[in-house]
Amino acid sequence: MIRRLLPLAIFLALVGLLGFGIYWNTHHEMTEVPSPLIGKAAPPFTLPLLYEPGKAVSGADLLGKPYLLNVFGSWCPTCQYEHPILTGQIKPLGITLVGLDWKDEPDDAKRWIEQFGNPYDVLITDRDGRAGIDFGVYMAPETFLVDADGIVRYKRIGMFTPENIRDELLPKIAELTAPAKKATP
Amino acid sequence: MSAVERTGDDPPFPCVAGEGARRAERGRSVPRPHPPPAPSPASVGRNDITGLGAFVLGICLAIAILAFSASAFAIDPLPFKDRAEEVRFQNLARQLRCLVCQNQDLADSDADLAKDLRKQVFDMMRSGKTDDEIKQYLVARYNDFVLYDPPLKPGTWLLWFTPFVLVLIGACVVVVIVRRRSALLPAESGTASALATRAESKPAESAPAQSGDDW
Repeated sequence: MIRRLLPLAIFLALVGLLGFGIYWNTHHEMTEVPSPLIGKAAPPFTLPLLYEPGKAVSGADLLGKPYLLNVFGSWCPTCQYEHPILTGQIKPLGITLVGLDWKDEPDDAKRWIEQFGNPYDVLITDRDGRAGIDFGVYMAPETFLVDADGIVRYKRIGMFTPENIRDELLPKIAELTAPAKKATP
Repeated sequence: MSAVERTGDDPPFPCVAGEGARRAERGRSVPRPHPPPAPSPASVGRNDITGLGAFVLGICLAIAILAFSASAFAIDPLPFKDRAEEVRFQNLARQLRCLVCQNQDLADSDADLAKDLRKQVFDMMRSGKTDDEIKQYLVARYNDFVLYDPPLKPGTWLLWFTPFVLVLIGACVVVVIVRRRSALLPAESGTASALATRAESKPAESAPAQSGDDW
């Protein structure tokens, strides 16, 4: 009896495996490349401000409190979709929001910012994309959460949505602020 | 719903830059050895040709030569100092994955990011970095995923060894089945000893339990 059922069992196991594959593919972003930077120091960068090209901001200038580094570009349609979410949901969180205008013409970026508004506390440009490569950026938008010590804590590939802000970003920010509160008193 | 739509991810740079002609020329555009410099269409046109046939032939030739030379330069040309450097670069670029068009290597991808990364690889080669250092540089930023050949480490054991394990399991199953069958069904045209074994195992053989090996 068992020998007769064995082929059926193997078949069902195979169906299960393939079914799991389909489930997995529909629930995971298969093109997403997990960042090796998580838990490591953010790569050093020194980049000019979009509106004051003579002035540069470096990673060291941003140490001391956590910040979100949002990689965007005026050429990037998804960044347009993300823009109201940055303005409406992330800016109110009170975390420093650094905009990294990636592989973009400064004039285009300025027009884009003027058209949609500027949610960023600091707005820097990476025209040739070298800093982007250092951060392992391969599409836009991408967002890095960097803690007060300059360690990358979280990376979002693609746009923020209300769901992933609630499920991923908020807990990560909470992790950063909770130990700090304990440490200060 | 495609994966790209789902998160709104937006591979910013098209995997293939242009339409039509450019796409067609890329069809065979793995930048292998550059062909000898093609004569310009003007020089072809200057040939002493008379008659419509020759003229059309000339035009076709010019188009063919142009297409061929264009295909070799579909990927942004880098100022290689010699052939060896170019071969080394191409070899390296073929081992690296384009992060935008993830089934293309760096040598083959027309994505803007791939162009930047090729430039980066080239600059690092020029500054005297070894192939391993360059790969390490990219792995530190983009994960092992940039390597087409995944490194052997605990995290990839499953990837590397599962096929062998499966083959081993299959081989075991085959051996077991063959052994059982040869024990149960000795060859009819067997030798005397085989017949003797058969005679010994006759009671078992005549039992109706044979149906067990029906798969």
